[in-house]
Amino acid sequence: MADTIVKPPTEEDISRAEMLDLYRLMLRIRRFEESVYRKFHEAKIGGYLHRYDGQEALVAGIIPQLQLPHDKVLCTYRDHAHAIACGTSAREVMAELMGRATGCALGKGGSMHLIDPERGFLGGDGIVGGPIPVSVGVGFALKYTGTNNVCVCYFGDGAMNQGGVHESLNMVGLFKLPVLYILENNRYAMGTALGRSTGQPDFILKANAHGIAGEVVDGMNVLTMREAANRALAHIRETGEAYFLDVECYRFVGHGIGDDNVGGQKLYRTDEEVDKWRQRDPLLQIIRDLKERGYISEEQIEAIEAETKLEVEDSIVFAEASPEPPLDSLYEHVFSE
Amino acid sequence: MAKMRYLQALRLAMTEEMERDPNVFIMGEEVGQYQGTYRVTEGLLNKFGDKRVVDTPISEIGIAGMATGAAMVGLRPVAEFMTWSFAMSAMDQLVNHAAKITYMSGGRIKCPVVFRGPAGVGTQLSAQHSHSLEAWFAHTPGFKVAMPATPEDAKGLLKTAIRDNNPVIFMEHAGLYGSSGEVSEDPDFTVPFGVAAVRREGKDISLIAYSRGVAMSLKAAEILEKDGISAEVIDLRTLVPLDMDTVVASIRKTHRAVVIQEEWRNAGFAAELATRIYEQAFDEMDAPIQRVAGADVPMPYAKNLERAAIPTEHDIVAAARRALS
Ligand SMILES: Cc1ncc(C[n+]2csc(CCOP(=O)(O)OP(=O)(O)O)c2C)c(N)n1
Ligand SMILES: [Mg+2]
Repeated sequence: MADTIVKPPTEEDISRAEMLDLYRLMLRIRRFEESVYRKFHEAKIGGYLHRYDGQEALVAGIIPQLQLPHDKVLCTYRDHAHAIACGTSAREVMAELMGRATGCALGKGGSMHLIDPERGFLGGDGIVGGPIPVSVGVGFALKYTGTNNVCVCYFGDGAMNQGGVHESLNMVGLFKLPVLYILENNRYAMGTALGRSTGQPDFILKANAHGIAGEVVDGMNVLTMREAANRALAHIRETGEAYFLDVECYRFVGHGIGDDNVGGQKLYRTDEEVDKWRQRDPLLQIIRDLKERGYISEEQIEAIEAETKLEVEDSIVFAEASPEPPLDSLYEHVFSE
Repeated sequence: MAKMRYLQALRLAMTEEMERDPNVFIMGEEVGQYQGTYRVTEGLLNKFGDKRVVDTPISEIGIAGMATGAAMVGLRPVAEFMTWSFAMSAMDQLVNHAAKITYMSGGRIKCPVVFRGPAGVGTQLSAQHSHSLEAWFAHTPGFKVAMPATPEDAKGLLKTAIRDNNPVIFMEHAGLYGSSGEVSEDPDFTVPFGVAAVRREGKDISLIAYSRGVAMSLKAAEILEKDGISAEVIDLRTLVPLDMDTVVASIRKTHRAVVIQEEWRNAGFAAELATRIYEQAFDEMDAPIQRVAGADVPMPYAKNLERAAIPTEHDIVAAARRALS
């Protein structure tokens, strides 16, 4: 595990506007997740809740580079960030989390099943490893219809130990399908550290074994992440073949609401470890980089904070004012018309 | 006797059986170092060490197969599914392997394995995490299916399951984990399979349930009592084997029945139960059997929709009134 801060690319490959956009997106995600946590404890949100704090660069460095809605995104239950990055409004996401009729799944899905197909977001999946077999079909269809588009499939390090993952990677390698795999390698599957869940933590080796090329990426730095994603996407669009990014990252908070308190996390990780990773906070890094390049002033930082806060507060007001789904929608959508 | 919670009773059963038989071991996701997702296995790693409390990767096919294989050659695995919702990818190992090996081998192989974990609905976990799948397993020859409703049964039935020489599907209810009651601390105490319990005597109608449906039925019986209706509540305890003698004896007394399940209505266990009552006691019935079950929809997330999808004591009361009208 690298614990040195990896320097971001220094070439002027990214404009000031783009860089500010990356910062804004990551900040929106962070502030959204923090507010969602508060709302859970006010009992406005139920079920399970999995936050993305610390992993923002994995969506900010990739999803804005996609051609949505033609490219497609699949992910896990840790999906609030993916929805927001795909362009689903904070209002629709917050309303879904509160189980309201105005939510992106009309209140039927909740936190783990955000979805927005019109924006290319095919949803969060509550079953570990669940999206990977589906990605084979999405990739197949993108190829079948003669597009140049890519399916981006996110999943966790724990998911690498699901049988279905290996069947699917083999099929993607065999059929040469345009899928970008993003392994959100945050080192833990609930309380199980990477080294306790597999005899072979070299995931690139596993991708290669199925005929899929890949590389390890520092996912704590959004510029590094973005560069790797662009390279991978170009490879897929050119060759039509899948690519696999094993992205080193860390979740700053508990797995879910069950171990969000420090006590729960102490069963499997130390405060020192969390602190060490927090020093690589992707938000701190992008601010530092923006400042180093003279791209941002203190006033701008404050202004971006303020507008982000407004957006999140607005989403809460909107969601709380929204009606619950009508009771007669219970039997709707079991089947399509 | 000691007062304890349902989840503690489960833990006590495993502790006692591990002390009794060195071939009993525990395996599953987060059962050891993390102390169990629902804390059912808390402290067991410390007590028995990592040879006998095995943390696994998130690999349900592997878990089901490993437990089955170990049982085929003489160990007595107690494999936890973090929830039964996650057992679906393991269905092949469960149904095609664990449940069939004894029969396929002409009885030459025993498969003494327990698959346990929480099932049930009710905390806004939405479509992929809210299941009662007992009908799938009761449908499959070769499985015994136990669904305890009380802390005492949680202990007594789990001990019987561990001592049984067959694969046992042991479905707990997450909503019951915190419920408490008196539990025997006698290590020889067990609850036999195939013996239903009459939880409340009555003469006007039989409410037949299992798992959380029992507590709901007892509440319903109290409400009905205020209207002068005397309801008998039967807890099936195990669906396979099924104690029809106790059920039929109750029907002979009350001549009316409500069958209760939390799972989806269509093709659920209550349908089997109702059919057996008709087969064995049709002449005793004074009214059609009423069925209380979950809505036939993937579980919605929104609180109001979820509430509408889950059966309650009020649905049982209404069903009883229909049967009595
Ligand atoms: C098949 C299955 N087994 C178990 C679970 C319970 N569960 C939910 S998340 C999780 C950990 C997953 O870890 P990882 O894949 O690393 O993703 P992360 O949560 O770290 O993003 C587990 C065990 C599940 N949802 N699905
Ligand atoms: Mg992980």
